[in-house]
Amino acid sequence: MIRFRLFKDKTARLTMLGITIFSLFFLLLIGSGLFYMSLPILKEKNIWVLLTSANWKPFKGEFGFLPYIISTLHVTFIAIVIALPFSLLTSIYLIEYASKKVNNFFSPIVDLLSGIPPVIYGVWGTLTIVPFISEKIAPHFVEFSTGYSVLAGGIVLSVMIIPLLISIFCEVFSAIPNEMREASLSLGATKWQTVKKIVIRKSMPGIVAAIALSISRAFGETIAVLMVCGNIPIIPSSIFDACYPLPALIANNYGEMLSIPSYESALMMAAFLLFIIIVFFNAISRLILNRIERRYQA
Amino acid sequence: MKLLEEKIFKSLMLLSAFAIISILGFILYTIVSKGLPSLSWEMVSKLPGGGFYLGKEGGILNAILGSFYIVIGAVLLALVLSIPVTMYINFYLPKRSFFADTVRFSFDILFGIPSIVYGAFGFAVMIYFGLKASLFGGIVVVGMLITPIIMRSLDEVARLVPKELTEASLSLGATKYEVIKVIIRQLLPGITTAVLLAIGRGIGDAATVLFTAGYTDNIPTSLSHPAATLPLAIFFQLGSPSEEVQNRAYAAALILTIIILVLSLSARYFSRKLSKNKI
Repeated sequence: MIRFRLFKDKTARLTMLGITIFSLFFLLLIGSGLFYMSLPILKEKNIWVLLTSANWKPFKGEFGFLPYIISTLHVTFIAIVIALPFSLLTSIYLIEYASKKVNNFFSPIVDLLSGIPPVIYGVWGTLTIVPFISEKIAPHFVEFSTGYSVLAGGIVLSVMIIPLLISIFCEVFSAIPNEMREASLSLGATKWQTVKKIVIRKSMPGIVAAIALSISRAFGETIAVLMVCGNIPIIPSSIFDACYPLPALIANNYGEMLSIPSYESALMMAAFLLFIIIVFFNAISRLILNRIERRYQA
Repeated sequence: MKLLEEKIFKSLMLLSAFAIISILGFILYTIVSKGLPSLSWEMVSKLPGGGFYLGKEGGILNAILGSFYIVIGAVLLALVLSIPVTMYINFYLPKRSFFADTVRFSFDILFGIPSIVYGAFGFAVMIYFGLKASLFGGIVVVGMLITPIIMRSLDEVARLVPKELTEASLSLGATKYEVIKVIIRQLLPGITTAVLLAIGRGIGDAATVLFTAGYTDNIPTSLSHPAATLPLAIFFQLGSPSEEVQNRAYAAALILTIIILVLSLSARYFSRKLSKNKI
């Protein structure tokens, strides 16, 4: 009987270990799989040309990723610029000023915002943001805009990353030990001076990490952005122009154009690019955040 | 001067907090006010009829059920993967373990990988093995997407389990495996919260199922059949030129929003229950 129990224990442990090790290889598997599938195009073309050419003519065998890369960067940049002040101010308020009651009221709101599916954000964007841009904002700046634009993508995306930013900011701020605040206050600093000079300065690495993480989230967002940004493969010259981010490129074309092998490979390369960039940003910001957590826990 | 600055910033903070609340209200208002007029019992209870995409009668039962089939399968798959992993790194390995940290780190990174990358990768693998877009493909890819989510929240609750509990069971002569069986019961509210959050994420994601699950007007009867999903139903109907069909997309968006609201609220309920039982 005892033997059997020990045997069961041992089997369970080994199975768990096996599954754990298997899960460790998962990231590697996805990365190498994507790389392997984008190899044909990488062999055919110079990687530098692929990344810096603006010619996207799959049927002539020209694959220039530049418009998509620039579009992704534009949309992400706008999203961060809009989302950052809102989420920074709100999280400072929640951690430093707000009562527990306000916090209890606010946390389901952040939860809900982060839980709303991308496609709903897309519907909301097409219903409200796009017409607002084409009717109210764009006429002051350009002659004509459909509203399906870099700006629309950026606005929708900013709302989508606000909950992520708030939750990380709150975590980072609350990791600052209270003794530091008390020391500053006892020296005669006001609450705001303490926040500005102690909390924010001490949290700088965490804030940077949060931004990096939300950049990578914004980079990969597909459906919501695809629905509001117009999807024309040009390099946008103003924020009222349509654009075509990398994820949208994959979503719109993959699965249909597989008759041209190099086309498929080019799309896989787009996915591989996204993968590399996002793993990079994620890894860095996770390392910073983990270090912060460990430093203040010890 | 000092106080003026504080006042300005404090009102800015209040303003931005208020702005965030109003954005949520605005989104919900837009979806409800647009979706409600076209929402009917027929939408939820019927399959698309002939000429559905031209504005004729029918509903999106296929997409609602398809979404649930996929997400339930995906959750089961994710649990099978993530429960052993969390148990192993929390209860078999020492507290400061490089291996456990590496596993957590890799899941954190997997958590950040966008759904379109999972979708494209999954589909490419399916093509490689000669599989067509199907319920099975959707389940596997959505499972990959939500495994890191479940794993992260499980890890968090597993860390909260008091050490005394494990030690008490061990001192009674239980093997580690038996201890885990005891602990799992402690973790149930946490597992429920994680599952509800993951369902919410999985059911709303369009990019993963875009290629892998396909789309169909029927309810899938086997794993190899394609399956419709709610986000794609919204997406496709919105792209239609007919206003009637577009209105139904708004109604479908409302249905999806209601599902998400219910999931999110029940997840909150269970997580509150969890903190009540804390020793």
